[in-house]
Amino acid sequence: MIAELGLAALWLAAALAALQMAAGFLTLRDGADGALAGLIRPAAIVQGVLVTLSFAMLVWLFAVTDLSVKLVASNSHSMKPLVFKLSGTWGNHEGSMLLWVMVMGLAGALIALVERRLPERTMNATLAAQGVVSLGFYAFLLLSSNPFERLPVPAAEGMGLNPLLQDIGLAFHPPTLYLGYVGLSVAFSFAVGALLTRQVTPDFARAMRPWVLGAWVLLTIGITAGSYWAYYELGWGGWWFWDPVENASLMPWLAATALLHSASVLASRDALRTWTIMLGVVAFSMSMVGTFLVRSGILTSVHAFAVDPERGTFILVLLGIFIGGALLLFALRANTISEGERFALASREGALVFNNVMLSAILAIVLLGTLYPLLTEAFDVRVSVGPPYFNPVGAIFTIPMLVVMAVGPLLRWRQDRIDRIGKEIALFAALVLAALILTSLLADIALLPLLGLALGVGLAVASLMPLRGRKLARTPLATWGMVTAHFGIAVALIGMASESAFTSERLAAVEEGGSTSVGPWTVVLQGVEPVAGPNWTAIQGRVSASYDGDDPVVLTPQSRNFWAPPQQTTESALVTRWNGQLYAVVGDRSPDGRWQLRLWWKPFVTLIWYGGLLIALGGVLALVGRVLSDLRHRRLAARIADRRADREALA
Amino acid sequence: MNWRLWIPLFAFAAFLGLAAYQLTQPKDEFVESRMVGESLPYFELPPAMAGVDGIGSADFADGQPRLLNIWASWCLPCIAEAPHLENLKRQGADIVGVAIRDRPEDVARFLAQHGNPYSRIGRDDLSEVQLAIGSSGVPETFVIDGQGVIRYQHIGDVRASDVPVLLAELEKAR
Repeated sequence: MIAELGLAALWLAAALAALQMAAGFLTLRDGADGALAGLIRPAAIVQGVLVTLSFAMLVWLFAVTDLSVKLVASNSHSMKPLVFKLSGTWGNHEGSMLLWVMVMGLAGALIALVERRLPERTMNATLAAQGVVSLGFYAFLLLSSNPFERLPVPAAEGMGLNPLLQDIGLAFHPPTLYLGYVGLSVAFSFAVGALLTRQVTPDFARAMRPWVLGAWVLLTIGITAGSYWAYYELGWGGWWFWDPVENASLMPWLAATALLHSASVLASRDALRTWTIMLGVVAFSMSMVGTFLVRSGILTSVHAFAVDPERGTFILVLLGIFIGGALLLFALRANTISEGERFALASREGALVFNNVMLSAILAIVLLGTLYPLLTEAFDVRVSVGPPYFNPVGAIFTIPMLVVMAVGPLLRWRQDRIDRIGKEIALFAALVLAALILTSLLADIALLPLLGLALGVGLAVASLMPLRGRKLARTPLATWGMVTAHFGIAVALIGMASESAFTSERLAAVEEGGSTSVGPWTVVLQGVEPVAGPNWTAIQGRVSASYDGDDPVVLTPQSRNFWAPPQQTTESALVTRWNGQLYAVVGDRSPDGRWQLRLWWKPFVTLIWYGGLLIALGGVLALVGRVLSDLRHRRLAARIADRRADREALA
Repeated sequence: MNWRLWIPLFAFAAFLGLAAYQLTQPKDEFVESRMVGESLPYFELPPAMAGVDGIGSADFADGQPRLLNIWASWCLPCIAEAPHLENLKRQGADIVGVAIRDRPEDVARFLAQHGNPYSRIGRDDLSEVQLAIGSSGVPETFVIDGQGVIRYQHIGDVRASDVPVLLAELEKAR
């Protein structure tokens, strides 16, 4: 009964999306006094409620492990801990798509409820575009991946969940990215709406900005969490592999970063109109392309568990309709959008445009590197594109971007002179040079990590300079957000550079009681014992590690065997110090009874993820700042309107 | 009409075309060994359990063509192919096995249950030999000629229809 209820709610929601779309487009044609205009917003709101209900039903089915439902039977198991039963709801294709449409429905309902800044005509066009996108995903769910399908005969026991995914990280990683993708879909709908009605105004940028900011924050968190998950769960000791799936989440982030900045220019200076629209379309296309690459299995990747070619076809068709349609509209309409305000090269806008171009170039490089194997495979050549391409080629554009990022926020809007901020530039240059010389004298490291360290140090200081001479208590939250995010970039950059420059690695075969060393650490393998968890058994190494002669810390890396479904995973063990992490993995036993022990000492590696969190925090500050000031403006506007009405009544 | 505005659409159309083409291509999961036509690399493997002989690359250079079967007791398709290997052995093929990442007691149990078609079984705990001859999965079966040169690679379990093919390849390698 629960499953049928969920399915019915889903069909009704789809019908409302169709209504929202049809009413939106008809109103656009006939003008806002058409009979259907009043239906658009309520349709969006009720749709949000229904699809949430549908998702709740699926969560319920997973919570009680209803094995008569195919999805539950093939992805869950009665013996799983409850938290993984719940996260199992979206740890599979159908459930994750339902999560996607639910968030999309909620986003639509929220815009319909609160967004009053834009002209009603643009709003209708935006909601109509949102209806099209939602309807596509409803069709996908209902026609090709129904999550509520029943089995003719209930299964005796479920098949389990991929053990790599039985991790608390999974409970949050994909939903966070999805929320981000959906946020970008809202930005996309705004862009299409503005394009349809030719209303590319600062108000449009202000309405779109919180969605882009929110999406960007979630993508940042998603990427940071995903990177940490890969780091400790896959047991390879790396934190970024340029895997197609990682790139799939990085590309929308790059586009969203560019969009965020160009939307700011549009909101405060009414410039960069077409460029912002273009980025709005590109950002969502990148999340769709990413989803397509992951789901279709067209590229080989560590995320092979999410693959199905037939669904790939469906996503490709949706992609063609949404993005192809939007780009066609762009080609036809962008001409009629006037250019907006002009500005000098040496200005805040100039710097933002420069970095927008750099970000787009990096995006193009990542996209090209990700798709290149697809291209060569068409000619029967199998290649894999990795760090030797991405790192140096990306750096060509990243380095100038970092430099401009350090000084850009110090420039004034519209027109400025570089020599006005000469002192700040000199300080930044001196810091970078000093770090460059000092590091290259003290350590023998490669060029890219060296530049990364130096620029990181310079940027860390420069990113704080916009606060200089301001009253800190009266500085707007959004400015704090920018400073925090830029500082976070510097922190993450230092972490990345330090990890690649100073990591030491040791692969040793150690007998029980034997010892080895890595970097400043002395490591003793005290013993290896079998341990058991709720649905796995493991061999667990007891490793005591001491830093530079300090008191030893005990680590317990495991090699786990899951039995439903059977699979082996490595559980790395970490010791975190303020200046880095020790990373230990236990491997197989060699015939002579010694155990393989793999150790890494990674100085300052944690800065990568702290930096990521700082970037996200910056986004949150900016978002809160913007929303609060919007609310303040709205109250103010309401009061002025009241007063005017009073005055008119008096007159 | 500003032609530059059409660039994104055309770039996107190119992507769509490429992706659609790749989707229609059957995905080839098999990774063929580049070692076919090459001599076996040098290796020495200890016996996989008590009572059988281990193998080394030198054992292949005695003039007789053989089948080299990469398998493991933990591998389900290996159970499916066991009767067909048995059949190959009955028809005169000499089959040597390489047990991948296995334990002696499991090997013994597997062979007791599903029959033992092997003349020798080596134990490859690190997949060294497997990787060296370019096998990417379990099970795989290679035809090795009398000079120790890899002549043919069969990927996946041996099915009834593969038996005559393998026999013919063995004959060719003679």
